[in-house]
Amino acid sequence: MIEVKHAIKSFDGNTVLKDVSTIFETGKTNLIIGQSGSGKTVLMKSVVGIHRIDSGEILYDGRNITSMKRKELNALRREIGMLFQGSALFDSMSVLENVKFPLDMFTEMTEEEKIERAKFCLQRVELSHALDLSPAEISGGMQKRAAIARAIVLNPKYLFCDEPNSGLDPKTSLLIDQLIQDITHEFNITTIVNTHDMNSVMEIGENIVFISKGEKAWQGTKDEIFDTGCEPLEDFIFASNLYKEIKKAHKFFQDKESSTKQK
Amino acid sequence: MFAIKEIEKVGAYTQLMYRVFAKPDKWSMFFRQYKEELKKQGIDSLAIVVIISIFIGAVITIQMIKNMENPLLPSTLIGLATRDILLLEFSSAILCLILAGKVGSNIASEIGTMRITEQIDALDIMGVNSSNFLILPKIIAFVTIMPFLVLTSMFVGIIGGYGVAIFTDMITVKSYEAGIQFAFTPYYITYSIIKSVIFAYIITSVSSFYGYTVKGGALEVGKASTDAVVNSSVLILLFDIMLTKLLL
Ligand SMILES: Nc1ncnc2c1ncn2[C@@H]1O[C@H](COP(=O)(O)OP(=O)(O)OP(=O)(O)O)[C@@H](O)[C@H]1O
Ligand SMILES: [Mg+2]
Repeated sequence: MIEVKHAIKSFDGNTVLKDVSTIFETGKTNLIIGQSGSGKTVLMKSVVGIHRIDSGEILYDGRNITSMKRKELNALRREIGMLFQGSALFDSMSVLENVKFPLDMFTEMTEEEKIERAKFCLQRVELSHALDLSPAEISGGMQKRAAIARAIVLNPKYLFCDEPNSGLDPKTSLLIDQLIQDITHEFNITTIVNTHDMNSVMEIGENIVFISKGEKAWQGTKDEIFDTGCEPLEDFIFASNLYKEIKKAHKFFQDKESSTKQK
Repeated sequence: MFAIKEIEKVGAYTQLMYRVFAKPDKWSMFFRQYKEELKKQGIDSLAIVVIISIFIGAVITIQMIKNMENPLLPSTLIGLATRDILLLEFSSAILCLILAGKVGSNIASEIGTMRITEQIDALDIMGVNSSNFLILPKIIAFVTIMPFLVLTSMFVGIIGGYGVAIFTDMITVKSYEAGIQFAFTPYYITYSIIKSVIFAYIITSVSSFYGYTVKGGALEVGKASTDAVVNSSVLILLFDIMLTKLLL
C-alpha cells in the first residue's frame, strides 16, 4: 500500500500538485487518470522520488520516502519496477540483456540462473522469440512488453506504468492492460498506472484516482465512474461521442430498472 | 546573467563529479563497462591517431626543411625540430583537441540520448547510481588509454618524418636520424603524458556533463554535443598554457 499525504509540488512558482492525498492499494491496479497536463506524470514521478515534493508525505507500507537518504532510497527502489512512457529500454543491449540487467546489477545469481529468470519473464510477456533482437528492431508494443519484463524481473512489490498504452492500437492496448492486471494479481503487487485511455479505465480500473488541475477530484472504482456527479470528471469521460452514447444507454437502462422496481 | 549561469554550471558540474566518483554499485559491471569503453574510445581512435600523426610528422619535416635552407644551419636541426614539436605539443594538446571532437561528441550524444529517452531515469528508478554507472567507466577508460595514444602518435609522427627522408631527396636519412636523437630530453615525454591525461579527464567529464544534463529533445542533444566539444576544447587550451608554465 502506498499512501500519499498532502503532496504539494511546484516548479518555478507554478504549483502542479495542490495538496493531493490518496491511497494506492496492494494487489490492485490503481489508475491515475486526468487530462493532458493535469499532473499525472508529476504525481507518479513524485511518488517514486524522481521529483522531490515540496511538502507532504509518501509512505510505502509505512516507510516515508520523503525523509529517506539516497542510500535508503536506492534500497527501496530495488522493490520498484517502472514502465516508462517511451519504454526506456537500453539501446546498447539486446532484449534479453535488458531484462537481465537488474539481475546483473543487484543479485549474486550465476549466469545460467540469470538467463533462466530473464527468459521466464520474457516468456510471461510472450517475447521468447525476440531474445537476441535489439530494442530498435522490435515494434512499439513489443518494446512495451520487454520493458514490462524488465520491470518485473526482480519481483517488485510496487509497479509503476506511465501511459502503457500510448501509441498502441486498441487491441494491443488491451493485451498490455490485461498483462499488467494479471501480473498484479499473480504476484500481489501494488500497481499504479497512469492513463487517459477510457478503455483501460473500464478494463482494469480497480481503484481510480481522477486528477484535475493538480487536485484529486474523485476516487472510486470503474463501476462507480458513470454517475459521480463530479463535473470535471464527467467532462473528461464524456468528451467523445462514443461515451456520450454509452451514457445515454446507461441512463436508459437505469431508468428502466428503477421503474420496474417501483412497479 | 551570463556570469551567474556559468558559475551555476560549474557548481552543477562539481556536484555531478561528486556522484561520479563513488564506489561502483557492482565491480563486475564496472569492469564490463570499462572494457567496452576502452574499445570504443581507445582502439577505435587508434586509426585516426595513426593517420593524422603520420601526415603531420611528414608535413612538419618538410616545413622545417623549407625553413632551414640557410647553409649555416646544421641539417640535424630538422629532425630535432620535428621531434620536439611532436613531443611537446602535437601528440598531446593538438591530438587531444582532435579527440575532443571525436570522443567528446560521441559521449555527449550517447548520454544525452539516454537522458531524453528516459533511460537514465530507468537506471535511477532501479536504484543504480546512474552518473557513476555511466560516466566513471568512460573517464577511467579514456584516462588510462590516453598515454598509449600519445606514445603511438609520437612514434608514428617520427616515422612520418622518416618517410620524407626515405622517399625524397630533401634530407638524408642519416641527418634525420642524427637529428631525432640530438639533445633528446626524456622529460618532454613525461610532460606530454601528464598533460594528455588531464586533457582526457577534461574531455570525458565535460562531455558527460553536457550529455547528462540535456533537457528536451533531439535538437538539444545535438546542441549539447556541440557545446561539449567547444567547451572541452577551450578548457584544453587554457590548461595547456597553465600546465606548460607549471611543468616546463
Ligand atoms: N520538470 C518540470 N518542470 C517544470 N514544469 C513541469 C515539469 N514537469 C511537468 N511540469 C508541468 O506540470 C504540469 C503537469 O505535467 P504532467 O507531465 O504531469 O502532465 P500529465 O498529466 O502527465 O499530462 P500527459 O497526459 O500529457 O502526459 C504541466 O503544466 C507541465 O508544464
Ligand atoms: Mg504524462
